[in-house]
Formats: sequence, structure tokens, C-alpha cells
Amino acid sequence: MIEIRFHGRGGQGAVVASKLLAHAVFLDGKYCQSFPAFGVERRGAPVTAFLRVDDRPVRVRTQIYAPDHIVILDPLLVDQVPLTKGLKPGGTVILNSSKSAVEFKSFFKGFRIATVPAAEIAIRYHLGSPRFPIVNTAILGAVARALGIVPIESLVKAIKIGVPAHAEDNAEAAREAYRAVNDE
Amino acid sequence: MKKVLTGNQAVAYGAMLSDVKVVAAYPITPQTTIIETLADMQAEGIGDFDYIRVESEHSALSVCIGASMGGVRAFTATSGQGLFLMHEMLHYATGARVPVVLANVNRAPALPWNIWSDQTDSISQRDTGCIQLYCEGNQEVLDTTIMAFKIAETVRLPAMVILDAFWLSHTSEPVDIPEKEAVQKFLPSFDPGDMWLDPENPRTFGSVSMSDVYMEFRWLIQRDMERAKGVISETHTEFGNLFGRNYHQVEGYLTDDAEVVIVCSGTVASTGRVAVEVLRSEGKKAGMLKVKTLRPFPSDEVKNALRDKEKVAVIDRNFSPGAQGVWAQEIRSALYELADSERPLLYGYIAGLGGRDINIGTIRDIYERTSQSETPEDADIWVGVKYV
Repeated sequence: MIEIRFHGRGGQGAVVASKLLAHAVFLDGKYCQSFPAFGVERRGAPVTAFLRVDDRPVRVRTQIYAPDHIVILDPLLVDQVPLTKGLKPGGTVILNSSKSAVEFKSFFKGFRIATVPAAEIAIRYHLGSPRFPIVNTAILGAVARALGIVPIESLVKAIKIGVPAHAEDNAEAAREAYRAVNDE
Repeated sequence: MKKVLTGNQAVAYGAMLSDVKVVAAYPITPQTTIIETLADMQAEGIGDFDYIRVESEHSALSVCIGASMGGVRAFTATSGQGLFLMHEMLHYATGARVPVVLANVNRAPALPWNIWSDQTDSISQRDTGCIQLYCEGNQEVLDTTIMAFKIAETVRLPAMVILDAFWLSHTSEPVDIPEKEAVQKFLPSFDPGDMWLDPENPRTFGSVSMSDVYMEFRWLIQRDMERAKGVISETHTEFGNLFGRNYHQVEGYLTDDAEVVIVCSGTVASTGRVAVEVLRSEGKKAGMLKVKTLRPFPSDEVKNALRDKEKVAVIDRNFSPGAQGVWAQEIRSALYELADSERPLLYGYIAGLGGRDINIGTIRDIYERTSQSETPEDADIWVGVKYV
């Protein structure tokens, strides 16, 4: 079983990201379970969402304490939230940032790092506003690439079915992010 | 067709496939997305029903009772405080003998305010005469919603489908959605018989009954609630034969040679399966017993499943202040009928109130504590509470 934790801010689409990725792995024949951290949602406040992926039905229905990977939608959370709490040694950190992965090496010591300029890509595809881009579909493209848990075509299909608007732009943003991943 | 659905969407699919004719509801977290999904289905023409907006949960259930008396299938959904506001009309629905189905997403009672999972809301409706069915996964939620109509209509009592807040209501996972034709074969249109408000045949329902007959009306409720035990089993079997998914009022998992059987309900049963597998892999003889129905209470099945076991640990995500966890009370009563030599020791644990996580570690602690104890304490143990 693979356990992934998403960190974002209310309005960035972290919860939807976990659902879309769940749908994508499901289309690929796997079992999934996605859920938000059950808080009281507010725009801009730190938000967490979770995903379990397995080859058989997921029966454990508890929080994820030791994720295999984490996905960070807002790089500014780095100073505010204990992002790597419980992250398994050697686990992957996927980060929305225009910087290269190597620049985060000392910060995320002991983990694999992949970065993707998800905000730039989202803005280019007019997802959200330039001040507050919705980066979830772009970051998922990077997740597909960095973790190899789902083919990009399954992800694109899940995005086209699952996003409430701008299906094509969201799908293209994911494809572009898939190509733009930088890892060490 | 398989789809990734939240528990709340699964409820909505269940109600829509059951061909409900009236949905009346008032929003409350964490139930709201059930009625949002139903509203979408109605607006898109996927569901052919009237969607009636009301000003309170009291009115929502009242409308459903009226619709059911009008001879059609009616559905509502609520949570926590909303269910408390329905309480009066839940007794009324039972007395009126209307087979209304409602979904309750377990939410902790205020105060303090809390929107997370806790069974105290549905447990508090224990004595209303409403059938209560607790679910452990989204597939069971969808299937049970369909079965609830069949059970309710067979015995003419209201039924409640119960799912944990967030752990099911807002959790997405693959769910097999049955074909509508197959569901219609299993659940034909509601037939109210001659007990409905027929303009061609005016009669009085719900009039005053004096002491000379009131008790007889109540006895009929008890008779049919007892009958519901068999009806629920038959409905589970028939559903299993048609759809290939099997459910039980009481289900043991790795209990055969278990030294400690952990009794669970709702999503705790799902995690409980994994927890006892983990304990078994460590050489510990743990088993899990899932109980799906609180009312009617399947005392014979519980008794048979736990006969001759050494120890039983009951996890209650609820409590009755001044008494103890309600599942523990019910199970203790059922075990009273066993002979001294075949009766297990019973340990009650209160855990997970207000959405606190009941994880594998929690269940392991409960197992260890039970396993190491020689006699149960006088009161339930509150797991992980800072004051204890």
C-alpha cells in the first residue's frame, strides 16, 4: 500500500487533487481511498488531504501517520507546517516551486525531492487567477512522473472527468507539468 | 458500473436507485452532500422524485411521513443535532407505521460543537422503534440504503442507514453501482397495501387511543421489530444472491480460536479486520466481531458468536452518561442468557468520541489491556483520555 499526504491551502485544490489522483489510479485498475483532513475549511488556511493506493480494497480507515510521499502545493507552507512529519525515510517530497530540486536538499534531508513550477503552469493555462492560481492539476502531472504510480493518460482521463470546469486546460497543465519535473 | 464515490454519494445513489418519490431534507454538515447529490440527480432528471425544501429537520421527517402515508417511497438524511430535532417525529413515524428510510451521518452532539464522527446521535434514537443499520464501507452504504427500503416496507417500520462522519461521508473509494433494472427486480415499487391516505376510501389514521387499546398498538410494534430480525437476514441473503455481496447482522472475523474478541461497529469494524490480522501475525489470538444492527438487536447471533469465548472487548464510539457504552450494555444483556461456564468476561472501552482516531494502535492497546487483565473493571475504560 502506498500512502500519500497532500499539503495545500484552502482554495488551491489539495482535496480535489487527492480525489483526482484516486480516480486516476482507479481507472488504472488499482484500489484507492482518498479523504480530506477533517477540519473546518477556510480559504488560505493550511489544508491536508490523503490518499491510499493498493492492489486490493483498502480497509484501514484511519489517519495516515507515516506517508510514503508528500505533495506540497504551496512552497510557503515550508516554514509553517511540519510537512515531513512521519514521512518515511527515503520518501518523496513533491513541491510546487520554480527552483530546482537540489536547492531544497538541505531542507528536506534524507528524502527524494522533485520540484515543478506548478504555479507558473497553472497561470499559463488561466487556472485560477495570477495571484491565486489553482495548481492542483499541474502538481498531479508532476506526481504521476515523480512517483510513477499512474500513467499520465489515466491521470488526464481522470482530470477531464473530474474537474468542474476548464477540463482541457487542466489536462494540458498536467501534461506540461509531467514534462517539467526537476528531480535530483 | 464501478465509480469512485464518497459515502454520501453512495447514499444518494442508493436512494435514487430505490426509486424514491419524495426527498425532503435540511442541510447539516457532514450530511449535506447527500442531499446536494440528490438535488443534482433530480435537476438532471436522473432521479424521478419531488425534492421538497423544508425549514427544519423536524419538518423534513414530517414531510416524509406525510409522503409515505400518501403511499410513496420517501427519504431524508441528517446528522447530529438534526437527528435530535427529528427525534419526536421518529417516534411518530414508528407509531404511524410508515417505512420511511433516512440516512444518518454520525456526528457528535454539541456542546462543545463538533462535526466529527460519534455514534451518540443515532444511539440516542435507540428506543424510537427505528431500525438501525451501521455500515463499514461505502459499498455497504449504497447496498444497505437499497436494502433498508425493503426491510422497512416489509415490517412497516422506519429504518436508518448509519455511516461515520468523514471516515465514510467524505472518503472516496471504488463502489459498484448496481443497474437500476436489477435493483427494481430486488425492490419493486412500494405497495402500501390498504394502509394509506386514499381519497377514494377515506379513513382516519393516528387518532387518540385510550389505555384499553394503546398497549396493543405498542405490542404490534414490538412483534414486528422482532420479525425484522428474520427479515433483515432474508434481505441480506436475497441481496447477496442477486448482487454477489454478502452482509450479516453479526459477522465474525478470525474469531474461531480467538482468546479476545473485539466487538466493533461502523468503520471501526473495517480497521478492526486489519488490526486483528496484524495481531495474529504477532502470534496473538485476536478476533473481531462486527455488529451491524443495533435495533432490532441480534441477541441470539451475538450470544452464539461469543459463547465459550474467554474475553470480549467492546469498542463504543458513544456513551450513555451515568451508564456505559451502549453496545457494551446490549452485548452484556445478550450474554446474561448464557450459562456461567460459557459466558465470556466483558470489557467495555469508550473510544473515538468526536472523531478521535481509532487506529490499529488503539485497537492493539485495547487487545493488550484486555488480554492482560484478570477481571473487568467496574466501569468502561476511556481510551486515551487525558484525565485517566
